[in-house]
Amino acid sequence: MSSIPNELKYSKSHEWVRVLEDGNLQVGITEHAQELLGDLVFVELPEMGQQIAVEEEIGVVESVKAASDIFSPVAGDVVAINEGLEGSPELVNQEPYEDGWLYTVKPSNNSGLDKLLSADDYKEHIESEDH
Amino acid sequence: MLIFEQSKPGREAHGQTPQLASDEVTIPQQFLREDKPRLPEVSELQAVRHYTRLSQKNFSIDTNMYPLGSCTMKYNPRGVHRLASLPEFLQHHPLAPEKISQGFLACMYELQEILADITGMQEVSLTPMAGAQGELAGVSMIKAYHEANNDHGRIEMLVPDAAHGTNPASAVKCGYVVKEVPTDKDGDVDVEALKTMLGPKTAGIMLTNPSTLGVFERRIKEIADMVHDAGGLLYYDGANLNAILGKVRPGDMGFDVMHMNLHKTFATPHGGGGPGAGPVAANHRLAKYLPTPVVGKQKDQYVWLTKQERPESIGRMSTFMGNAGILLRAHIYARMLGHEGLKRASQFATLNANYLMHRLKAAGFTIAFSERRASHEFIVTLKNEAKEYGITATDFAKRLLDFGFHAPTMYFPLLVPECLLIEPTETESKEELDRFVDVMVQILEEAKTHPEILKTAPHTMPVKRLDDVRAARELDVVFSE
Repeated sequence: MSSIPNELKYSKSHEWVRVLEDGNLQVGITEHAQELLGDLVFVELPEMGQQIAVEEEIGVVESVKAASDIFSPVAGDVVAINEGLEGSPELVNQEPYEDGWLYTVKPSNNSGLDKLLSADDYKEHIESEDH
Repeated sequence: MLIFEQSKPGREAHGQTPQLASDEVTIPQQFLREDKPRLPEVSELQAVRHYTRLSQKNFSIDTNMYPLGSCTMKYNPRGVHRLASLPEFLQHHPLAPEKISQGFLACMYELQEILADITGMQEVSLTPMAGAQGELAGVSMIKAYHEANNDHGRIEMLVPDAAHGTNPASAVKCGYVVKEVPTDKDGDVDVEALKTMLGPKTAGIMLTNPSTLGVFERRIKEIADMVHDAGGLLYYDGANLNAILGKVRPGDMGFDVMHMNLHKTFATPHGGGGPGAGPVAANHRLAKYLPTPVVGKQKDQYVWLTKQERPESIGRMSTFMGNAGILLRAHIYARMLGHEGLKRASQFATLNANYLMHRLKAAGFTIAFSERRASHEFIVTLKNEAKEYGITATDFAKRLLDFGFHAPTMYFPLLVPECLLIEPTETESKEELDRFVDVMVQILEEAKTHPEILKTAPHTMPVKRLDDVRAARELDVVFSE
């Protein structure tokens, strides 16, 4: 079973969200997601300042097997993107919850954070998808 | 080594070529070139060896079974090639006037008729140069239709999640917003979900039937009615036409426009990227928008119909007529087989696929949608093997090369994890199908006992296991320094 940190929130489309100290929301894809995709060769991120809505397609992760859209689990303005991924997309494979983060948003009033899954619920979700 | 690197100034081989009367050049002197073309200067033997060695590095249908799902790698009969190589065809110039092109135009006209008949469509244009261009033509025609009706609010193209990637790409290219239609657990389009997606914004839906999941879309007529009632049109992706020739027609299913991949279904050569041919066919709603030129018949004369005669056409997709030599081969293939022969080809394509599927299932492989009848292809999922033995679909595919089988399509469709999409086509013998099963069983055994053999395969090919991750990350497309 892949790692699912308790302190994070999750979407059914396999993104995670971390509430940072300043209240901003950091987004990445889960370890389970990167396992399904295999070795990443390219990551396309949203642009700085871009306003994004919940479940909007805001980027792409591409592996040798497949390209998969990133659906934003939360709404807000993009205030940071992980520029290191341009040269080293493998960070998402190696450390999906740390150096492999994708982008950070300053949440809008209705950020959608409260609708996301807990670690336990997400675990249940991927088990049900597996059958 | 490139053949250009073997070149030595002044080396030539024409002394070994017999001079035939028919080689006499009829081109006026002033049009002949004075300088030699910049071709490699090598002996005949050097040229023969170079190309023979190159061909030996290839995996091709001439040497190996090529069960590449969704690509219909069937054998291209040599007789077709021979007829298409008649000097009267080879030496015919595309700009030759109609009155001395009647033979060629007759072939193209007949091909249009044959394709319209076998697809149940009203009219065909042969010009698109490949399937993807046929799609672009078809979606452009849907757009032209809505625009002609001043129906400018139709901005959404519906595409099932099982579709070929070219479908959403063609729709986006034409300015549409793509909406993904989910698949239900039996492999059909999720009709309930589709209902909620249809509306005044719907321009159309792009469907492949049988789908890329290797099963026939059972509720197609209901889907067609729903889409038409919502004011949308139906696009048929002809990628899997090899399963249904003479059995069921896209026009009768309710589709308005479609493309065909002649290099799949009509046995014209698959090249490394071409030349292909992707004729587009349309029913009464869309026929007038077909790309030009189309071959018409006026009294006893065949003529080119251009934008002048067909003012509502979306215009040209290619110079001249598309890939004329490929179209000619498709025409000859269709004429050689006839309607009954084409039907038999599809029957054997589906029989071979179902035979393979059942044998592999009996041998312990997991088949996706195994309760459904396969079309001309089916899916093996190695999800369990990946979990139990750490062996992936890639490892299986690479190991197949060692046994003389081209790898099946892998990791497509994306809906099925660790999948191999297997399409034997009608041209393989039962013995070869049985050998494929034996080899699959042997590889499965190796996966259990000696997984490292799979992980490092292929072992017998000129190129061993490639580091495809590194190749993609550090892309280098330059052949030499």
